[in-house]
Amino acid sequence: MDLSRLTISGLAERLRKNESTQKDALEALSKSIRERDTDVRNIRAYVPREAIKPIHRKADRNSPLWGVPIAMKDNICVEGLEVTCASNILKGFVSPYNATVVEKLLDAGAVIYGQTNQDEFAFGSSCETSCYGPTRNPRDPQCVPGGSSGGSAAAVADHTAIAALGSDTGGSIRQPAAFCGVVGIKPTYGRVSRYGLVAFASSLDQIGPITKDVRDAAILLGVIAGHDPKDSTTANVPVPDYTSFLGKSVKGMKVGKPKEYFEAGLTPEVAKSIEESCAALRSLGVEIVDVSLPHTQYSVNVYYIVAPSEASSNLARFDGVRFGHRSKSSATLLDLFEKSRGEGFGAEAKRRIILGTYSLSSGYYDAYYLKAMKVRTKIKQDFDDAFKKVDAILTPTAPSGAFKLGEKTADPLQMYLSDIFTISANLAGVPAISLPCGIVQKNLPVGLQFLGRPFEEEKLFQLAYAFEEATGWHKKLGNVS
Amino acid sequence: MGSIDLKHIARLARLHLSDEELKFLETQVSQILAFVEKLGQVKGLEGVEPTSHPFAVSNVFRDDVPQSSLNIEEVLKHSPQAKGRFFQVPKVIEDKN
Repeated sequence: MDLSRLTISGLAERLRKNESTQKDALEALSKSIRERDTDVRNIRAYVPREAIKPIHRKADRNSPLWGVPIAMKDNICVEGLEVTCASNILKGFVSPYNATVVEKLLDAGAVIYGQTNQDEFAFGSSCETSCYGPTRNPRDPQCVPGGSSGGSAAAVADHTAIAALGSDTGGSIRQPAAFCGVVGIKPTYGRVSRYGLVAFASSLDQIGPITKDVRDAAILLGVIAGHDPKDSTTANVPVPDYTSFLGKSVKGMKVGKPKEYFEAGLTPEVAKSIEESCAALRSLGVEIVDVSLPHTQYSVNVYYIVAPSEASSNLARFDGVRFGHRSKSSATLLDLFEKSRGEGFGAEAKRRIILGTYSLSSGYYDAYYLKAMKVRTKIKQDFDDAFKKVDAILTPTAPSGAFKLGEKTADPLQMYLSDIFTISANLAGVPAISLPCGIVQKNLPVGLQFLGRPFEEEKLFQLAYAFEEATGWHKKLGNVS
Repeated sequence: MGSIDLKHIARLARLHLSDEELKFLETQVSQILAFVEKLGQVKGLEGVEPTSHPFAVSNVFRDDVPQSSLNIEEVLKHSPQAKGRFFQVPKVIEDKN
């Protein structure tokens, strides 16, 4: 048996019953990474580091993740490991501490195993802005895996990881999960601690699981969720046992279908998959109701003011003084700042720093940033209104299947629009899950997205699990044998 | 929208850009700004409170218990240039002569 093909739940059970050892599991993964990630198919889901060093600590044998290897996106701090956010400016930075999610994983018995590629500082939707070069989509190596957590999604889809963590600021967990045919959830803002996640846009960022099936996502979120004194934006809301909602009937649940998401930009094939998904849900007794989110059409516009503004502020810390790259040719302090940053940041990071600085600069603040924050209020109110009528909202995760490598790199605006269906969840702070619901162009997976009320991730798991069981896409795609 | 003084913005951002980058960014940033300016169409924003954060939180305090922070060697280990207990940077005070 190839242990790398197992899920969290499958592997944890084998390990607990002594049917396999942790060493067997790590060897199986190491072999699959060697065979598929770096050699023959050159997927490159992992950032190139000398050798993967497993990180673990003593934990109770009955801990939920005992012995289970989990891969980390390269923007999550793991003590003693290099963490670079796939940026030249952070090359050589070795984290002196663990992110809270890493602490929680280690306490739950998990083994941190491997760091996955991403867009530089999570700026991108295709994994092509990484300083290490792109990751390929294991379903079709000519295509992008999506982004920014493209490495995490590709590794899980390719069985070079059992499961992984990603981060999601505008769709960076869900869009790659959709493109690679796996499950990804962006939790409610404040559900998971951001301590030790290198900040991109602090009012939007959330860490979340990318997994082979819905059960694994429920298990993993249950471990990493919860209040953290080190992140004052985490909510003091109890974390339910998400797995207890799997298998519960969804009969009578109301799911909203926002008409605005089906009006433009959607390929006919994706539209067809979503229609079939609605039919599958109806046959489970779910009532599909029309809802309206009138301001959702402005989400991308709002996002490309809010996110770069916050990013330009967060990235001010990379100045060549305390850590990271320092220019060798600077005569003055100002020179040192400007050159270190000019040499260290890639093209997309520079674009966002300039956009953000402009939006926040004197004379433009009211026209851009303030206006965007007001429209953000409207977007949030749309969701509040819709959730008075429905338990969840259903949309496609992305307007199309995965696009080709290089297809959108020359036109940043086209790249930004590939997140058109995912961004509003971050702006409103609501949770959203993506899971496979179809295949287009022979081999490219389609993602179905459920959005829920704040802190009601359990309903998303309940719906997603019922859908997964009924349609079996996780099996058809080979995620689960 | 008038033309953007990109050099000024780059200076505010403490970001060195080559002439080529400046030229390239000028076109792209103008296009992106033209796109976000669609927000001008949104009606009824008078009196709407801006949202800077999905769930308003204020004055979150931790318990007043002393805790240790990273030790100095650990912190300075990551510095590209350090001396003794300090980060080292180019001279910031100019010579008199």
